Amino acid sequence: MKIKINKQIYIGLISVLLGLIAGAILMAFTGNNPFLGYSYLFRGGLMNIERIGNTLATATPLIFTGLSVAFAFKTGLFNIGASGQMLVGGLFATAVALTFNIPRVVLLPTMIIAAMLGGGLWAFIPGLLKARFNVHEVVSTIMMNWIAYWTIYYSVPAFFKGEFLETESRSISSAASLKAEWLTDLFNGSFINYGLFLAVVAVVIIAVILNKTVLGYELKAAGYNRFGAEYAGMKVNRNIILSMVIAGALSGLGGATYYVGYASNIQIGVLPTMGFDGIAAALLGGLNPYGVMAASIFFGIFHSGKGFMNAMTSIPPEIGDTIIATIIYFAATSILIERAINVVRKKVKGEN
Amino acid sequence: MEMLNIRKEFPGIVANDDISINLKKGEIHALLGENGAGKSTLMSILFGLYKPDKGQIKVNGQEVSIHNPNQANDLGIGMVHQHFKLVHNFTITENIILGLEPKHGLFLNLKDASKRIKELSDKYKLNVDPDALVENVSVGMQQRAEILKMLYRNAEVLIFDEPTAVLTPQEILELIKIMRNLTEEGKSILLITHKLKEIKAVADRCTVIRRGKMIGTVEVADKSTADMAEMMVGRVVSFNVDKKEQEAGDVVLDVKDLSVIGHQGVPTLKNFSFTVRSGEILGIAGVDGNGQTELVEAITGLTKIESGSILLDNKDISDFSIRKRINAGIAHIPEDRHKHGLVLDYSLEENMVLEIYNRNPYSTSGFLNKSEIRSHADKIIEDFDVRSGEGPVTIARSMSGGNQQKAIVGREVDHDPNLLIAVQPTRGLDVGSIEYIHKRLVEQRDNGKAVLLVSLELDEILDLSDRIVIIAGGEKVGVVKASETNENEVGLMMAGVGKGDTP
Repeated sequence: MKIKINKQIYIGLISVLLGLIAGAILMAFTGNNPFLGYSYLFRGGLMNIERIGNTLATATPLIFTGLSVAFAFKTGLFNIGASGQMLVGGLFATAVALTFNIPRVVLLPTMIIAAMLGGGLWAFIPGLLKARFNVHEVVSTIMMNWIAYWTIYYSVPAFFKGEFLETESRSISSAASLKAEWLTDLFNGSFINYGLFLAVVAVVIIAVILNKTVLGYELKAAGYNRFGAEYAGMKVNRNIILSMVIAGALSGLGGATYYVGYASNIQIGVLPTMGFDGIAAALLGGLNPYGVMAASIFFGIFHSGKGFMNAMTSIPPEIGDTIIATIIYFAATSILIERAINVVRKKVKGEN
Repeated sequence: MEMLNIRKEFPGIVANDDISINLKKGEIHALLGENGAGKSTLMSILFGLYKPDKGQIKVNGQEVSIHNPNQANDLGIGMVHQHFKLVHNFTITENIILGLEPKHGLFLNLKDASKRIKELSDKYKLNVDPDALVENVSVGMQQRAEILKMLYRNAEVLIFDEPTAVLTPQEILELIKIMRNLTEEGKSILLITHKLKEIKAVADRCTVIRRGKMIGTVEVADKSTADMAEMMVGRVVSFNVDKKEQEAGDVVLDVKDLSVIGHQGVPTLKNFSFTVRSGEILGIAGVDGNGQTELVEAITGLTKIESGSILLDNKDISDFSIRKRINAGIAHIPEDRHKHGLVLDYSLEENMVLEIYNRNPYSTSGFLNKSEIRSHADKIIEDFDVRSGEGPVTIARSMSGGNQQKAIVGREVDHDPNLLIAVQPTRGLDVGSIEYIHKRLVEQRDNGKAVLLVSLELDEILDLSDRIVIIAGGEKVGVVKASETNENEVGLMMAGVGKGDTP
């Protein structure tokens, strides 16, 4: 096992390195100094405590969607619906926040549970369709994304209309926000919020479920070999639905950390990109929960640093996205990197 | 054709170590070895799929280098695969010309091809109808079509990979005749098999390899099957299954009027009834694809039944879920170990608790108990001599087929079931493991358990069973006592000729 994990880490690091080199070449082509560019990019993400806080706050929803995708993938399902699940999770949390006037200690847990229910519900439908009618989850989760998009489009103006703008909900009260004064102060006024702690807890719980529990054993068995799981008497169809619901609940939580943590209201007409970036985080993280967390934080640095890079140099911020995309390409073609590692190992061995 | 001093290493093992084999014109040469002995590697080298680390290949005395299967074909080397590679809704002619279609301008010239195939078929007495659709002809004719495919490509050396696995005893005799005809016409045959009886019946010489090493090449006429088995396994092997006479006890499994509708919507099992008693092995004999799979899937719960009932210990289990059936005492060694038997990406130890992971002590309150799972796997590995690279943490996918099978048999026997259903339990295993697994099946019977044995190997059925049910076309042809029948009688019944009917 140890060797395998190490290999995954190698692959991740090599993908990142190759992506950075590709980015450097791009910067050089656009007539900029890559070293300068990278130094501003990383300084933008990590230069002071506030920026570190923002990096972590940006990474938080990504950790959830990455976990969601990785968990579904480990159990044989391809969840492309993290965006929609995030939206619905965010909507449910916002709805609770704007509707109930109850003390913070009760309100926050209620919002969190509502977000999980919303995301879970949104993934339950594709799960059911897959289990019952063998509808491929890629198709149904993408469709659910758009159903979520239009549901928000309708329900936010109808029920939670903002004070000045039709296109967003009212702002939640500070009592209903996952932001906490002590945290904001600690990080010099950054967007960091309780969502980060939730994310760490979720990472640990998912790692435990996958590796140490009967549930994880069953879900993975169904993912690796559906027929083998059936032969062994497992309820494969139930497990498909359960996997999707867990994955959806994770994305729903991600939605909560974004809409009632990072932000304080929900906009219409936006499908959050973190849903798709989660696929990247899951891939780069080698589908390992801890790997997903590391990958998400790394992407967080890029997202919060690219603006600074753009401000300080003439490098367009899109370079940051391009580098991320390149890294994903390398991570997705990790089999090539794996082969290269094997060849190198063999050569080293042969020469000794 | 010669292969000289072939050596091929894979990380961790030497698959072929200094193996030489020479095939004379017009001879039938057998390649004998246990599973994982290196037979497939050797053939893959011959067809250019692997590059040998050392050694050379000569054809007609000239050294050649083969980089891909097409080159092997051009050199006149052809292979009849164990699993036929035919397009089912094409005619035999269309299948044979696939890849080298004779053209007439823009059009396919099927007529000449068909004529040539007919000539070849007559010359070697293959009795193949070139215009028949593959899906409409018998397995035996499909195999002969595969042979024709090689002959059409002017193959001089034909390699048969386990050719008898899918045939009835009568078809096997026919195949042996065909092989003789081929050699009389100057073709050479390399026969890969683990069935000693067939080697004895047909081969001139036999090369034995064991764990990648060449043990020797012998004249088949000089050696007994026992001698060859000893060469292959490295120790004396007993062929006779020691089985004491024993009265069967109560009925454990009672199948009544069972009908199953297959995947294509046609009935694949029709009003099938039989019983298995405690302390007996009931064999189901039949040619592949005559309803055995559906029968087993119906009993284990993998397939829904159309009508009829299945009683286990006098309880109707036909509505039970698979898990409930397992808990009721059914264990199942599945036909397809990759599809059903294992989760290939799980480790060996994880696979060993595939049905019982949720029971104490392997898990408590929802958490897996890794140390118990480990010791459970260790026990099966020890008891059933399961060999693997890294022991219990080996990923199942990386294990050899024989060891995968031993692990499954070990897992199922370890459940201590009232009814053990063994489907092809020794498929692809070496003589040593077969002997061992047979012993364990008989041991189950001797301990008063019921064993349902489904196998395509008639010898296995005859050796192990107390009673034999013969299945053909999804129907029961008859029941015979193993002690009162013989290969010929069962073989005829497998072809659908009922007992007492005049053939």
